[in-house]
Amino acid sequence: MDFLYGLFIAPFADFAFMQRALFGSLMLSVGACPVGVFLMLRRMSLSGDAMAHAILPGAAAGFLLYGLEILPMTVGGLIAGIIVALGAGAVSRFTIQREDASMAAFYLISLAVGVLMVSIRGSSVDLMHVLFGTVLALNNEALILIGGIVVVTLACLAIFWRALVAECLDPLFLRSVSRMGSPVHFIFLGLVVLNLVGGFQALGTLLSVGLMMLPAAAARFWTVRVEPMCVLAVLIGFASCIAGLLLSYHASLPSGPAIILSAGVVYFCSILFGTRGVLRARIVHHRHRTA
Amino acid sequence: MTNACLTFRDLTLGYNSHPAIHHLNGIVRKGSLTAVVGANGSGKSTLMKGIVGVLKPMEGAVVRVPGVRTAYLPQQSELDRSFPARVVDLVSLGLWPKRGMLGRYTREDRDSVSRALMAVGLGGFEKRPIDTLSGGQLQRTLFARVLLQDADLILLDEPFNAVDAKTVGDLIQLIKRWHGEERTIMVVIHDLDLVRQNFPETLLLARQPVAWGDTKETLRPENLLKARRFHEAWEENAPWCEPDDHDHSHDHAHDHHDHQQHGSGPRAA
Repeated sequence: MDFLYGLFIAPFADFAFMQRALFGSLMLSVGACPVGVFLMLRRMSLSGDAMAHAILPGAAAGFLLYGLEILPMTVGGLIAGIIVALGAGAVSRFTIQREDASMAAFYLISLAVGVLMVSIRGSSVDLMHVLFGTVLALNNEALILIGGIVVVTLACLAIFWRALVAECLDPLFLRSVSRMGSPVHFIFLGLVVLNLVGGFQALGTLLSVGLMMLPAAAARFWTVRVEPMCVLAVLIGFASCIAGLLLSYHASLPSGPAIILSAGVVYFCSILFGTRGVLRARIVHHRHRTA
Repeated sequence: MTNACLTFRDLTLGYNSHPAIHHLNGIVRKGSLTAVVGANGSGKSTLMKGIVGVLKPMEGAVVRVPGVRTAYLPQQSELDRSFPARVVDLVSLGLWPKRGMLGRYTREDRDSVSRALMAVGLGGFEKRPIDTLSGGQLQRTLFARVLLQDADLILLDEPFNAVDAKTVGDLIQLIKRWHGEERTIMVVIHDLDLVRQNFPETLLLARQPVAWGDTKETLRPENLLKARRFHEAWEENAPWCEPDDHDHSHDHAHDHHDHQQHGSGPRAA
């Protein structure tokens, strides 16, 4: 018992920084994982990755002007992310170019600007901070910020759920019955940016997209409906955060990659053992019903 | 004043400054059932898109009577079949005009979804994932969604694609029922026998209207021949269509059945 307590409970019970890290990353999962499900279903999984790069110059600008302070870096990241999301979204909506190409163009420009800005003043250690985050150093400001982002995300998802599903499932139909198509697309991109910015303090710009996409991608192997998929993604996110933090505590590993790798393990297990996974498809298909 | 549901005023629709519908004038009566026929590229689908409003006119206007609810079944749906949704989720989208984005679905709504599925012969398919449907079953599912939209103006773009003969019969009966309920219906269709048997009015298109009116009149051999001579391809160097090339008066809008006064022929593009 003591062993189990020491393994699973003590790190969180004994250390305030672990509690904060747990609380912050769990909250992040609640918002980011459902957003990730819709990103995946809209075939924009890599757009999430692109957006995570795109917020770098904003965060770097905040960092250059105010040092390693959460608020300026967050606001900067938000601005950069929204410019890229709106720009790429607008190009794909109003020209013949598809969103993957316009997103790639915008994020590469943004990333180049960001790397340039960091290299002008900062050292590579600072860059590592921006890129990989510090979940173990979440302060109150950061927790409040993440909490706010989660509330906004869940509220938007609840309000725009039907429009978002319709926009994914049959965009032309939505356009024929309502004008919500374009607004809901941009609101959704806004949510993506918001959650990536919320995540980058904890996990860094590069890994925050991992907590968004990996649980979503894993959940896809277990269910054929959107609602359970979102719930499952959040639960997988929870499990990954707990496992990752414990792993990082016991093995003295960086916490961000540990969390993402835990989600990666769930992803690989889901590929193999999921109800729509590889093994089941191979084993079960030689039995069939008469009709 | 005629009881028009739709009025086309000198309507030109197209892509990259090349018209696909060229100076169309006329009205669609409320409660009419019109077949829209013509060769590939003659502007049938373009006209549908123009009426729904997904394609903005290059010139002129489509005037819908205010408050008309429109249902549109496109030829090429942008439906994502890999999306994790069940038949009932897809059909329920048809409740949008009634419930909007936020309204809760009631018991009654769920019953009407089931009834709509029954009507297209898909009773009991509610829980099927949409990626397991055949092409024809999917088309019927989309028909059920149109049914649920309870629209005054129904636009169907080649609704019988990939649908078997028996089901075509069922769907025709459904269209006739709508016709009996005084709904206005336009159907893009290629099967002329089906048109002759079931559709009182026909619009024969070849970028411009070749003939429009009573089906038997419209589908006379000379009209069909005229439509067949229509030149499908754009001509990159086609002269610009100047305003005085055509007659702007709308006084012929009421007897919409003969539009030969534009006379310059389908090649005028």
